[in-house]
Amino acid sequence: MPLVKNGKIIDDPYLRVLDDAPVPDDTAVIVPAERLLADAGDFALRAGRTGVLWPNARNVSDLVPHLERLSLVALIFPTFRDGRAYSQARILRERYNFRGELRATGDILRDQFLFLHRAGFNAFEVAKATDASAFVDVIRRFSVFYQPAADGQSIALRRRLDHTGSRSATNSMA
Amino acid sequence: MYLYDDFDRTLVDERIDEFRDQVARRLSGELTEEQFKPLRLMNGVYLQLHAYMLRIAIPYGTLSSEQMRMLAHIARRYDRNYGHFTTRQNLQFNWIKLEDLPDVMADLGRAGLHGMQTSGNCVRNITTDQWAGVAPDEIEDPRIWAEILRQHSTLHPEFSFLPRKFKIAITAASHDRAAVRVHDIGLRLHRNGAGETGFEVMVGGGLGRTPFIGKTIKAFLPKRDLLSYVEAILRVYNQYGRRDNIYKARIKILVHDLGAEAFAKEVDAEWQVIKDGALALDPAHAADITARFRYPEYERLDDNPEELRKARSSNRRFATWLDNSIANHKVSGYAIVTLSLKPEGGPPGDATAEQMESIAALAGRYSFGEIRVGHEQNLVLPHVAQRDLPTLWEKLETIGVATPNVGLVSDIIACPGLDYCSLANTRSIPIAQELTRRFRNLDVAHDLGRLHINISGCINACGHHHVGHIGILGVEKNGEEFFQITLGGRADEQAELGALLGPAVPYAEVADVIEDVVAAYVELRERPNELFIETVNRVGVEPFKERVYATR
Repeated sequence: MPLVKNGKIIDDPYLRVLDDAPVPDDTAVIVPAERLLADAGDFALRAGRTGVLWPNARNVSDLVPHLERLSLVALIFPTFRDGRAYSQARILRERYNFRGELRATGDILRDQFLFLHRAGFNAFEVAKATDASAFVDVIRRFSVFYQPAADGQSIALRRRLDHTGSRSATNSMA
Repeated sequence: MYLYDDFDRTLVDERIDEFRDQVARRLSGELTEEQFKPLRLMNGVYLQLHAYMLRIAIPYGTLSSEQMRMLAHIARRYDRNYGHFTTRQNLQFNWIKLEDLPDVMADLGRAGLHGMQTSGNCVRNITTDQWAGVAPDEIEDPRIWAEILRQHSTLHPEFSFLPRKFKIAITAASHDRAAVRVHDIGLRLHRNGAGETGFEVMVGGGLGRTPFIGKTIKAFLPKRDLLSYVEAILRVYNQYGRRDNIYKARIKILVHDLGAEAFAKEVDAEWQVIKDGALALDPAHAADITARFRYPEYERLDDNPEELRKARSSNRRFATWLDNSIANHKVSGYAIVTLSLKPEGGPPGDATAEQMESIAALAGRYSFGEIRVGHEQNLVLPHVAQRDLPTLWEKLETIGVATPNVGLVSDIIACPGLDYCSLANTRSIPIAQELTRRFRNLDVAHDLGRLHINISGCINACGHHHVGHIGILGVEKNGEEFFQITLGGRADEQAELGALLGPAVPYAEVADVIEDVVAAYVELRERPNELFIETVNRVGVEPFKERVYATR
């Protein structure tokens, strides 16, 4: 499955380690949440980078004590309709200032890339190669946004006030 | 009217481009119907029983003449010459072809119209009082806040895949015409003891399978905090709302399961963290949005001018219409005029392309180019000089929108039902049509007074049957259409859910049963002006039940 990170298709450097498989010491790994929480001390001592696969029904505040040592948090979309991880992503970025890789996994649609990007995701496991190669075009489709999110946009109401000079309300349309 | 600027226009244009691409991918087979579904839904495109249906957003029910003309054009060019105004102040076209959709969207876009927020599990079109800005009993124009919320919720990256759809309604008047207590969030603008205006915030109201009246979780929310508080509610809901069962996914279930107090606590905890961040509003923001609304330059006119007095005394039919369809305006010499889309035998809320065009022209001439859509599925000309009422009435008569039945027994709210909708269990439009025939006598209707009948063709309750004075709900029993009748519901500031009258009745008997209910009311009322809803409140459903079921 193609991985898009920061707009580019790359090879995934991370190894997915399941519940009881051994964890190689110097490889980048993604481990399940339970395992990270159970063996937090061991993971802190590893040479390789550590990422976690975090369930969408679990409060991300439980991750806070570990965030500094994590290079990646992967959040899950069991179906594209289940939008819990959008909130988790914004909270991780905006409240807990997580600056590592935030990866969207599971059932994600090309037409959701922009929402995901704005919510703070910077890496995407994309099922279809054509969707992966369209990534940059897709997230550039919109140039204006009304609301602030994890992408640092300011609120449209404020931007308008800042640009009152260039504003052009007309009477032709409402 | 809110005036779009480059910012708003760019967003709509980019959305149209995106949708054109999505339709192209569907038509080429790159997208399956399954994959296309969420994309079309986010643009208001449903697949109904016979064709695609396009639902167009009419933010807070305000339309310009130009926009109404565009709707007429769409009806004529791409549909079957009519459209259907809905209980959410939107408009639906029922016969749109998939391949035409991008062009339809582009045409709509030229008039600042689109289908965003009319479908999908996002924040839907924000609704408000159809008399906003002109009602004498409001403290300020609630559309300013509806627009601020509309902008904030449009293509919101975090809240476009909520557990279920999300509806927000705002009122600023003492009489609630926006049914705020039966919305996911209801907002009531009011003044606190210190004379400041802010919002009472209600959550968890709603109809459908499990109806609830919303609970107040904040008695007074300062305006600066509106966006952050709504964001906090949505964030709590997005994370904790149920996703395992579509019938339990609305916020009302979460509020009910947690309890309003515990829910409020969760919201407050979230809100404390974000309230002083990017979403805090200062008065300049509201002032800027207010400045983008175009308000009429009213003339200085006296109430009840001679032209009006003369016409009233010389023409009984005009006088009847005046007493029924005209409401007081906050500016002297002006009136709010309701156009009934409930003619005898007609489907509630339908308007033809010709009617839309005439109404656009009449609004241009007599109402400063502005039209409103009310949740009762009628239209409103909000700024008519009283001296123009006699002329306007004649013109409204000729296009069939001056039936003086506003708020009366034949002013029925109904969902599209099995005639169009793939979710429906039963028909609802033909029941409404039959009832308008049974109650065609306007003298009788006026004697009965205010009486709201609401019809839904399934438990999803798009016809708001729970809050009808008389509610009619279609259910399917062994392949046949049956109807449950409820009495005593209301959607206003004393919102109440109706109580079940008795066993469901078959399709053929519904109109007879409603006639019996109404006859029972006439016998039971204490005085001629005791309203139906007041009689039901006083005596309960039992006497009605006896009367209706005694002979059945």
